[in-house]
Parts: sequence; structure tokens; C-alpha cells
Amino acid sequence: MTVEIGHFALVLALIVALVQTVAPLIGARRNDAALMAAGNPLAMTQFFLVAVSFGALCAAYMASDFSVRNVWENSHTLKPMLYKFTGVWGNHEGSMLLWVLILAIFGASVPAFGRHLPSRLKANVIAVQGSISVAFLTFIIFTSNPFLRLNPAPFEGRDLNPILQDVGLAIHPPLLYLGYVGFSITFAFAVAALIEGRVDSAWARWVRPWALAAWLFLTLGISMGSYWAYYELGWGGWWFWDPVENASLMPWLSGTALLHSAIVVEKRNALKVWTILLAIITFSLSLLGTFLVRSGVLTSVHTFATDPARGMFILMILMVFIGGSLTLFAARANAVTGGGLFAPVSREGALVFNNLFLSAACATVFVGTLYPLFHEALTGAKISVGPPFFNLTVLPLCLPLLLAIPFGPFLTWKRADLAGVAQRLMWVAGLALVAAIASAAMFDFRAALSAVAIGLGVWLMAGAIAELLYRARFEWSAPADGLRRLFNLPRAQWGAMLGHLGVGVMVLGIAGHGWRTEVIEEISIGETVKVAAYELRLERVEQEQGPNYVQDVAVFSAARNGVQVEELRPAKRIYPARQMPTTEAGIETRLFSQLYVSVGEVRDGGRTIVARLYHKPFITLIWIGTLIMALGGAVSLADRRLRIGVPKAARARGSVEGAAA
Amino acid sequence: MMARLAAILLAVAALFAAPALAVMPDERLADPAMEERARVISKDLRCMVCQNQSIDDSDAPLAKDLRVIVRERLMAGDSNREVIDFVVARYGEFVLLRPRMNLNTVALWASPLVLVLGGIALIAIRRRRAESLATIATGLTPEEEAQLAEVLRQTQPKS
Repeated sequence: MTVEIGHFALVLALIVALVQTVAPLIGARRNDAALMAAGNPLAMTQFFLVAVSFGALCAAYMASDFSVRNVWENSHTLKPMLYKFTGVWGNHEGSMLLWVLILAIFGASVPAFGRHLPSRLKANVIAVQGSISVAFLTFIIFTSNPFLRLNPAPFEGRDLNPILQDVGLAIHPPLLYLGYVGFSITFAFAVAALIEGRVDSAWARWVRPWALAAWLFLTLGISMGSYWAYYELGWGGWWFWDPVENASLMPWLSGTALLHSAIVVEKRNALKVWTILLAIITFSLSLLGTFLVRSGVLTSVHTFATDPARGMFILMILMVFIGGSLTLFAARANAVTGGGLFAPVSREGALVFNNLFLSAACATVFVGTLYPLFHEALTGAKISVGPPFFNLTVLPLCLPLLLAIPFGPFLTWKRADLAGVAQRLMWVAGLALVAAIASAAMFDFRAALSAVAIGLGVWLMAGAIAELLYRARFEWSAPADGLRRLFNLPRAQWGAMLGHLGVGVMVLGIAGHGWRTEVIEEISIGETVKVAAYELRLERVEQEQGPNYVQDVAVFSAARNGVQVEELRPAKRIYPARQMPTTEAGIETRLFSQLYVSVGEVRDGGRTIVARLYHKPFITLIWIGTLIMALGGAVSLADRRLRIGVPKAARARGSVEGAAA
Repeated sequence: MMARLAAILLAVAALFAAPALAVMPDERLADPAMEERARVISKDLRCMVCQNQSIDDSDAPLAKDLRVIVRERLMAGDSNREVIDFVVARYGEFVLLRPRMNLNTVALWASPLVLVLGGIALIAIRRRRAESLATIATGLTPEEEAQLAEVLRQTQPKS
């Protein structure tokens, strides 16, 4: 019964979304206040219906209702409850339903948080948001319906892919979708602005919090996905340039560019056309990502099932939304007039520089990811574009960007004094140089690039801090005054500082790669292997019975200079329901570095194993850095100026602060 | 030009990779220098039956076969290039994770540079247009602008 309610709610949601697309749009055209206002309850209702539908599917999964085809295909009675729940989106149909649920959440949050939006803009935004819901609800109901029944109901389910039976599935996809789908709001704002032909700094102030929120979730989603792959896939890498990783990196890069260009629109009323285009491109790339994952045109670990019909459907959605919005852009962009002029060396100039390189990096990932498809279509021959290509092209594009970051916030609007800024950054550069040389001397001179990366990381971190200290005017006043000013700085400034600091921390983590130690060895019980400064001894191999798997656990004791540290327990698992093996890495974190052991083969009846053992210096800084970046986004979001529905007095004060910044 | 740039970047990238041991203990070559070459080659070869892995990362039997072939060719005295040619002759260009530069991939390899230069050109054009629009807006010719600047300079109080 619940399943039918869910199914019915989904169909109702489609009908509501249709009305939500049409009514406010007509209202905005005819200046009909009642029709425009109808968008609010419609968006709320649509959210409620999709939530009911999603809840019904969750209930079916938790109850292991195998009369539902989707549950039978992806669940099992022995599966722990957490994975029964997360398994809801561990498959194509369920993950699309989650996608639409998050879309509806964002759609409902426009009326919920946007009370002070001009009614015409709000009506158009809600209508655009509704049209995206229409497309994806239609897709689910006609090609990927999770509520289809099976008769007779099978006795036992086919279980979830074992690789997905991990807390990672509870965290990574929801965060990633919050990011992907969050950019639908900035897209809706961009299209609404084109429909009205009006973009001003108020528009940018309304768009920025949504862009920040989406960006922050996307950052977390990618980061958590990376850590999941790192410990679950078992070969110790954290970024593989897999097509689907690239599909999430592209909207992240253009979303980051959008975040920065929106500042110029807000503060200087310039770069308006470009910002609109970026908002369109960012969501288009999110849609493209969904298409790449769901259609299976590119093989990847993320592809659940390949079905050409679904691929064609999403391709059509893609063409309608991307083609439609770009056509609208071409027709209406001229109506948006340009704003203030600025010298090449200025804050605006720095943000243009940021946008240039972020866009170039994004476009390079795009070309590299899709090139095999075009190549095959044009020449008939298959080629691969793999990690070596992206490392050789994208990393050099990031370098000028990273070098320039500390300069940006120091530059003044309109026209800036580069020599003066360089002078203020002298000590930062000195610090970076010392750090690079010291790290090379401490570790290994041969890994020269790692030492350079350490210098770069310190340059970014110290540069971010230097800017904040300069804003608090520590140089010219008593420390107490400086400290007071430091804490009174706008939150947006703290956010920017944390964002840039996080990039620096992440670069430090990447730098550690050059100093990693890798040992691949056949080890018998009682033998000791030396990995960097650690001695790992294989104590025993235990057989364990899990709830729905059996595993061989290799128990290693680890010692550094004779002092024992924690045990490592890497395992090799077999899930009988699917007869699939997985590797569970044994990881021991020492400050920012990790010991990482993964078991390849178990031989001689469990007396000998083949293992890969790594020491990875600074590796956790990669994820800590991204968390700091996301924290920066959250702090920035908490800025009074961006808080939606700011009282008038505070808004006036905010704009004074903004002018001073 | 691009090929040379790629070669330089490759040399830089090689600095990143610390020396390491073989992929599986029993496949390892006795000579560490030779083994290191095998590792470098393996990282650029795709495991044909895997989703998106190099043969260096993969546990698949086919990847193991390829790793052994690479090492056999190296022991037979092949250069790195000859080893790769040998593998490509058997499996086709699809096996290369770093596509070779030719007429069909020139657009791929040139894209980053073209994108940056194109972006700079676009910014420059838009700037000039914006500036000329600004001149129209104030309605002053460059001579008049200079005159105005002169007047402003003279009327400014000396500090």
C-alpha cells in the first residue's frame, strides 16, 4: 500500500510541477500578482509530494519488500539496516529519485527563504525550477520507475553491490547531489534575469548565497567521494581522473568561477553577461554529469546499469535545457548593459584572471573527458584519454592560478598598485621559499616537485593569513586594537581567507605524494616488512563472519623505532549473495600521515598474503584542506549581508562595509 | 613545440615518482632500474577489461599478462618506445592512457593553450569595445581628454 501511495505521489508531483512551470510564468508576463504568488504553494506542494514518494521507497527498502522490483534487485534481508536505507540511492532509479527530492528541496527553499525577493523575479525562478522538475519526474516515471511490482514476490533479494555497502554511500551521493542540484537555483536566477532583461547588484546579492551553498556541498561531496575511493578501492589513489570524477570536477571549477565573478557583479556591477553565462554553464555541466553517469556512454565505476533508452531521454533533457538557455542568452544578453570600467591590474582584473584559468581548466577537463567519444564518432577508432593527459594539462593550468591567489584580495577595486602589494607579500614569499628548501632537505632532494608544492602550499596559507592581518591593520596599531578589528571583519572576508587557506592546505597534502613509500610484498605470518620509518609484522590471519560477508583479516602490528603503534587490520571480503570480493584497507593515521595496507591475495591456506603497504606523508591534509574550503563557504554564507531577508538598516550598514572592503 | 613541452613536463613528473618495487612480488625484475622503467611504462597503459585503470593498478589477469609482456620486452633489450609500440601493435591505440600526438589528437593536446589564448583574446576585444563605448559616453576625443587632464592637474592644489 505504501508503495502505491509513493507511486501516486510521484505522478501527482509531476502534475503539480507542470502547473508550477506554467502559472507563475504567465503571471509574471501579465503582471498578475495572484498567478505569480501561486508559485510559492505549488513549489511547497511539489516538495511534499516528492518527499512522500521518497519516504515510501525508503519504507519498502527497510521492510525488504521484494515485491518491489527495485528493492529485490538491490537489497537483501541480511544487509545491515544502515545499508538497507542507503541502498535506496545505491541504484539508478533510487538515485534519480534522490536527485529529484533534492531538486524539490531547493525549489521549496526559494519561497521559504526568499520572502524579500521581488515577486516577478521570484515567480520566474520558481517557474524555471518547476520545469527542471517536470523533465526529471517524467524521466523517472517513464524510464526509471522504482515503484514497479514483481509478481510473485521473490523470497530473497539480490543484494547491493558490496563496494557500495559502506558509510560512504550515506554521505557522498547526497552531498554531491546537493551540490549538483543546488546550481539549478543559480541557473533559474540566470534564466529569470534573461527573461526580464535585468541584472543588477541586487540580483548578484540574491544569487551569491545559493551559489555558495551549492559550491560548499559540491566541495564536500567530491572530497568525501575521494576519501571513499581512497580507502575502499584498495590501490591507495585518491583521484583517478575517472570520467565521472571529471563530471563532478567540471561544475566545481565553473561554480568556483561563478562564485568569484558574482562578487564583481555585486560590488562593481560589471561582468554581468559573463556571470549569467557561467551560471548557465555550471548547471549544464551538472546535467552533463548526470547524463554521463546515467547513460553509461563512458565506462566508469559509477555506472550502475547501461540502458540506451535512458541515455537518449537524458540527452533530450540536456538539449532542451542547455540549448534553450543558451538561445535565450544569445537573444537577450545584449539587453544586459555593461558596468564599470577597470584597469587590468585591479581586484576586478584579478577576478577575471581567476575566471580565465578556472574556465580553461574546466574546458580542458571537458575536452579530455569527451574526446574519446568524438574521436570514435569521427574516425571509428577508439582511444583513451587517461590520467597522464590530465596531469600534463590541467595541473599546469592551475599553477598560475594558485600563484596569483594571495595577490587577489590585496588588490584594490578599479586600479591597484601591484608593486605595493608585492612588497606586502615579501615575507610570505620568503616563508614559502624557506619551507620549500627545508622540506627538500628534510625528506628527499630527488622529489623536487614536492618541495616546490610545499612552497606553494605555504605561499597560499601565509598569503591568506597576511591579507586578514593587513585588513585588521595590525601594522599600524596596538595589538589589542588589531585583534578587535580582526574579529569585527565581515564574515565574507573570513570566509574568503579560509577558502584560500584550505587550497594551501590541500596543496601541502598533494605535495606529500613525492615522499610516499610503497612496498609490494609476499608476507608470511611472523615476517616483518619495513615501510618508511615503520616496521610492520604480520601477526596472524583471522577468518571472520560478518552479517552478510566472510572475510580474511590480516592483522599487522606496527612499530616505529621499536615503539608499538596501533594494529592495522586490512581485510579481503567475499559477499556470497553476489559472489563479489572487496578489499578493506587497513589504515593508521599518525598526525597528517597514514600507514595504508591493502591485501591482494591470501595464499597457503591463510599463512601467506600478498600485500601492498604504503606510507603516505601529509595525505590527510588533502581532505582537511577541502573541509577548510567548505568551512570558508559556510562562514561566508553566514555573513549578514548575504543573509536572506536582511532588515533594511543592516543592509545599509552592510553596503558601507562592502564599499570599505 | 607541444611535444617538447610534453617531454619537459614528463621529466618533471618523473621527479614526482619515488622509486618503488614491483606490482606483484613474483613479477618483479631483478634489476631495479629496469623494474622502474617497467613501472613507468605500465602507468601509461590501460587495463583493457577494467573500467578506468592502468595495468599498474589493476588486479585483473589481463593486466598481469600485459605487465609480464612489458617486462619481457624490456629484458629483450627494447627501448621504452619500442615496448609501447609492441603493445599498441597488438591492442591498438585504445591501450594508451596518454594518447599519441597525431592529426586526430592535435585538437586534444592543443586545447589548453588554445583555450587560454582564446580567452585572453576575447577579454582584450571586449575591453576595447567597452573602452570605446565609454569614450562615446563621455563624448570626449583623446585630445580633449588630455586637455581635461591638464586643466585638472593645474587646478589641483599643490601639496
